[in-house]
Amino acid sequence: MSRLKTLVNGIIKGNPTFVLVLGMCPTLGTSTSAINGMSMGLATTFVLMLSNLVISLVAGLVPSKVRIPAFVVVIAVFVTVVQLVMQAYVPALYQTLGLFIPLIVVNCIVLGRAEAFASKNNPFDSFLDGLGSGLGFTLSLTVLGTVRELLGSGSLFGIKIIPGDAILVFILAPGAFIALGYLMVLFNKLKKA
Amino acid sequence: MARESNFKNMFLCLLIICFGGSALLGGVYLITYEPIVAAQAARVNQALGGVLPQFDNMPAEEAYQVEADGKKMTVYPGTLNGELTGVAVEATTTKGFGGQIKVMVGFLPDGTINNTAIISHTETPGLGDKIDPRKSNFSLQFNQKNPESFRLAVKKDGGQVDAITAATISSRAFCDVLVLAYKAFRQSIQKEGGDQ
Repeated sequence: MSRLKTLVNGIIKGNPTFVLVLGMCPTLGTSTSAINGMSMGLATTFVLMLSNLVISLVAGLVPSKVRIPAFVVVIAVFVTVVQLVMQAYVPALYQTLGLFIPLIVVNCIVLGRAEAFASKNNPFDSFLDGLGSGLGFTLSLTVLGTVRELLGSGSLFGIKIIPGDAILVFILAPGAFIALGYLMVLFNKLKKA
Repeated sequence: MARESNFKNMFLCLLIICFGGSALLGGVYLITYEPIVAAQAARVNQALGGVLPQFDNMPAEEAYQVEADGKKMTVYPGTLNGELTGVAVEATTTKGFGGQIKVMVGFLPDGTINNTAIISHTETPGLGDKIDPRKSNFSLQFNQKNPESFRLAVKKDGGQVDAITAATISSRAFCDVLVLAYKAFRQSIQKEGGDQ
């Protein structure tokens, strides 16, 4: 039961984007379409799961003064793995997400979960926490991407469903802030209900 | 949970973590090295197939570097039965609205632009990204034009190019990259002429 709680916590109560408001840079930058947002979320989920797992395994052995550098190295390793794999097998997606993939290293969600959860809990719970937070992040990015793509280019997952021009501003940066703001209101309203 | 920090254990701990991390990365690098090279080559080949007229050689393997305006560009010669049918130039400009624009430009041996393909750009979606032929017809107006007689500048600047509405900077950058590619083409033709 508590394990399930750990997993769900990251998706709803501690949703990284809508509740904790962490990792705004990739959130705003990559959510121009549903598929981009989802891919970014999944890449981050992969890093979160593995870094949480490894960090909780080594946390007991790492002297406290160098724990942050040690965690950052672990995170950076997994981010580079994701980067190489994407470059090799999904080059088109890698081109679109570009700089945001290496920037997962400095995503505060990843280091935040490592420091706040993984370094104090057992490997399995940490893994679940990483999975939960990652899925929460993926969900938020996908929803934001869907809204922006629908309003900004009239399509859904790359398929045009509304003919003609759409509201361009939603693809651009201001639209990201507007859409995110309204989704945040909606999410917090639903969470309370 | 955390151990007492002293110089020795901090040093050893970071050393071990870095070594472990490097080993893992080295392994992944070796596995992904070939697919990455293949993916990049596929992009270049795809662009080449689109911009060059008929060819039966491997332009990517015969590529060489040319310098024009202080910039190095890669030139891909296309030949059919040993005869030069076209030259593709990969040129880059930093004058775009959102940064670098990388374009593959195919020339016929007489200098006429055969076709162009965008390799990468970061122009504004919906405005500047219309330089991409998949988004608008802008870049098609250059096909079958010879920069010798066709003034490669937007009409605002006294040229003959219809700029993209609300994206003059991107249009200018595209013209700029074509001018640059043409200079590289002239140099490569001189070189080829010198060889024969």
